[in-house]
Amino acid sequence: MLDLQGYGPRLIEGAGVTIQLAVLSLILAIILGLLTATAKMSRNWFLRRTATVYTTVIRGVPDLVLMMLLFFGGQIGVNAISDMLYYNYEIDIYINFNAFAAGVITIGFIFGAYMGETFRGAFMAVDNGQIEAGKAYGMSNALVFRRIRFPQMMRHALPGLSNNWMVLLKTTALVSVIGLTDMVRVAAEASRATHEPFAFLLPVAAVYLLIASVSEWIFVRLQKRYDIGFGGQ
Amino acid sequence: MLDISAWFNDLLAGNLIFTPTTLGYYWEGLVMTTQLVFLSLVAGLVLAVPLAIMRSSKHKWISLPIYFYTYIFRGTPLLIQLYIIYYGVVFIDGIQETFFWPILREAFYPALIAFTLNTAAYTTEIFRGAIKATSKGEIEAARAYGMSQSLMMRRIIMPSAFRRALPAYGNEVIFMLHASAIASVVTLMDLTGAARFVYARFYAPFDAFLFVAAIYLCLTFAILYFFRFLEKKLLAHLRPQNT
Repeated sequence: MLDLQGYGPRLIEGAGVTIQLAVLSLILAIILGLLTATAKMSRNWFLRRTATVYTTVIRGVPDLVLMMLLFFGGQIGVNAISDMLYYNYEIDIYINFNAFAAGVITIGFIFGAYMGETFRGAFMAVDNGQIEAGKAYGMSNALVFRRIRFPQMMRHALPGLSNNWMVLLKTTALVSVIGLTDMVRVAAEASRATHEPFAFLLPVAAVYLLIASVSEWIFVRLQKRYDIGFGGQ
Repeated sequence: MLDISAWFNDLLAGNLIFTPTTLGYYWEGLVMTTQLVFLSLVAGLVLAVPLAIMRSSKHKWISLPIYFYTYIFRGTPLLIQLYIIYYGVVFIDGIQETFFWPILREAFYPALIAFTLNTAAYTTEIFRGAIKATSKGEIEAARAYGMSQSLMMRRIIMPSAFRRALPAYGNEVIFMLHASAIASVVTLMDLTGAARFVYARFYAPFDAFLFVAAIYLCLTFAILYFFRFLEKKLLAHLRPQNT
């Protein structure tokens, strides 16, 4: 198959890391985004404030700096906690803080802030009368969320969600800097070793374009799905 | 003057990490980041205006190549673009004999080129959207006055398109500031580079990176308020009138 001077298999492995990283952090970001949006719309002053600070700070600092903070600081932080547990309670645990987890957590946290803004706008676009109607039918809050608010919110959120996903995908390239062997790192190593940068970096760029194009197609289909009942605009 | 330096020394007294020397690194990093971001934004803007006009052309053979360029630069990570230019520039045939070589050999210019091409691609699309959103009535009015295509572009379409593009362009400037952090990957001592250096020297990740995060946050807010101020001035005609 694709050999690329022996780097082929490693590049494919790296592509796998990139995709896993992107998908896992997307899931984390969506969960955090939903929580943030809920907190921002809640009546509780403290929750609203916390969510605002979270989205403002995260969106004001470069991803790479946050990533380095968590990656280089994470192990020290985890060690401090496990030391404290050992000295105070004699609980002996060792947690290895690996680069992949650091990557997923940071990217998830960063895009959770962006998703929060997207979801908040989308939730507010859902007609209040629909929610009242749901309650009048005797639906519980959870059921109203699952059957009424979430499906209609998604219709408004999808364009923003697709945008965030495209940015997230490109952000995964940064994990190569903190020592995770994704496809960018393999390609950079290979170009330094062989002095043929174009042979490795261009295919990797093409893979990013391919993933972006495929996900665009998926998002178009999803949008059609969620636009059912609105004349499929 | 003496007071300030005494106060400064007091402030730093007993602090092992934030000495005048390391603060000097951060300052140099700030200068480097500002230079990179400012120069690439200016160059990107200069490139983006004609590209956006070409991109909105009715002729496919003009607009398609520009679309191809923006699609590629917006669809791939900036880090890859930086690597391709940084590692690839050496392999352009005969470049080492030209007078460009002493310039391109340093990491600064490849980084500047990569940032410029990247921001130009995003800005082109922002402007294209703004040009496309020009109301039909304004264009018809300009035609009725007998304006030529170029005069109409200069007097009617561009001034209003610039204003409409302002909020999105403000986001792009902030995005560029954050993206510039990867300059540290190709050995440049920008703000992030300074933080990495201080981290490596003292093994103090929290101090080094939280400090630099605070600087970036301040810069982001400065840009945000600057654009809000511009919007207030330039988009005054769009604000709801107070009666």
